[in-house]
Amino acid sequence: MNVLTDNLSLFREGFIGTVELTVVSGIIALVLGVIIAAFRVSPVPPLRVFGTVWVNVLRNTPLTLLFLVAFFILPKILFPDMDSFVLGVVALGFYTSSFIAEALRSGINTVPMGQAEAARAIGMSFTQVMRVVVLPQATRAVVAPMGSIFIALTKNSAIAGSFDNVDLFNVAKTLSNDGYDIAMIFLWITVAYLVITYAINGAFRLLEHRMEVAR
Amino acid sequence: MTEVSVTKDAIPPGADDLVVLKNVNKHFGALHVLQDIDLTIARGEVVVVIGPSGSGKSTLCRAINRLETIDSGDISIDGRPLPQEGKELARLRADVGMVFQSFNLFAHKTVLENVTLGQIKVRKTGKAEAEKKARALLDRVGVASQADKYPAQLSGGQQQRVAIARALAMDPKVMLFDEPTSALDPEMINEVLEVMQQLARDGMTMVVVTHEMGFARSAANRVVFMADGRIVEEATPDQFFSNPRSDRAKDFLSKILKH
Repeated sequence: MNVLTDNLSLFREGFIGTVELTVVSGIIALVLGVIIAAFRVSPVPPLRVFGTVWVNVLRNTPLTLLFLVAFFILPKILFPDMDSFVLGVVALGFYTSSFIAEALRSGINTVPMGQAEAARAIGMSFTQVMRVVVLPQATRAVVAPMGSIFIALTKNSAIAGSFDNVDLFNVAKTLSNDGYDIAMIFLWITVAYLVITYAINGAFRLLEHRMEVAR
Repeated sequence: MTEVSVTKDAIPPGADDLVVLKNVNKHFGALHVLQDIDLTIARGEVVVVIGPSGSGKSTLCRAINRLETIDSGDISIDGRPLPQEGKELARLRADVGMVFQSFNLFAHKTVLENVTLGQIKVRKTGKAEAEKKARALLDRVGVASQADKYPAQLSGGQQQRVAIARALAMDPKVMLFDEPTSALDPEMINEVLEVMQQLARDGMTMVVVTHEMGFARSAANRVVFMADGRIVEEATPDQFFSNPRSDRAKDFLSKILKH
């Protein structure tokens, strides 16, 4: 008997589950990360404090602990009966946003101060300075670390699999309970993860190449 | 230096005051970089600020559009005090052109985009109209043929002229020049100074921090000499260069005019 051919639909379900978790939490992380990075360099002190606290709390908390908070504390006080997928992508997205914010901030620091000053001097607002002048130039320096963050996110999404989400990790558990050879399960699960992470890898390499040409 | 005759009659006192600094003070840590600065610049006047490095002249220039905050005192432009950081300040900055020592052209934008960006994003001008104006300005500063290149592909002198066009595109009431030729090769200094002299002749109000004494002589209505965070002397260029009153200015001039 063959693990893969016998359970093709289960594998597909797990694969799609992991992709969905990664993509949705990736988008959440990206949006929040940009906002938090902007907070951290903003001229308004309370926003800077908020950004710093956000990054330090989320980045330094173990992800499993964040999941425990998201699944056992959050529903009690705020959102009862929330879907486990939503809770999973919120935990993953918030956690990853702190890493994205820091990568972006280091990118922002590579843009010479004079660029922002010139933009302010022609009357741009802070948001315009960031959106039109600083972030587009910061992006180039940020692509490589960003790729690593998204690959890490893919692998981190396995934790959501042990919190009531159907993903590759969850499928591995199910099949192992069904009595299949554990080595074969892990082999195919690993291959599935590699497909996703290599796709991210390739996409970011393409992006990096594209940006090199554009200047 | 090209000899261009520029009307440099002293602007009559009490004329329309555009930039007014009153009792301005600023510290960088223990360094008192601006000390009780009082300075009034009339509409249409060209004021050249000179002085030894570290005298606070760049800081003074940057304080006028609040790129540097001040600790005390008042700065007003066209009768309105400088607002706090925010929309109001952004609006005011749009009316104050600034040219930097290191050009600071937007590196990811073409020359043309550099000149249209402020018009489109800040003045909300249409793209076609903004480009038309940008091309006219680039032509005026003599870099029209470089419009589609990126700043890094231009020489320093060309970049600085684009930076002047970028500032002019906002139709500023006053232009601030913070050592505009200090980062340039000697052979490129003149092409920038000529553009600035043309501007002065056209009646632009200008505050120019510079080490170019030739420009001060030929284009300025007034020379402001700063040392150690204070305005030591204010005079017409003729008075200042031929007959400086303060010892500090005499000492400074003797050092720079020797060769």
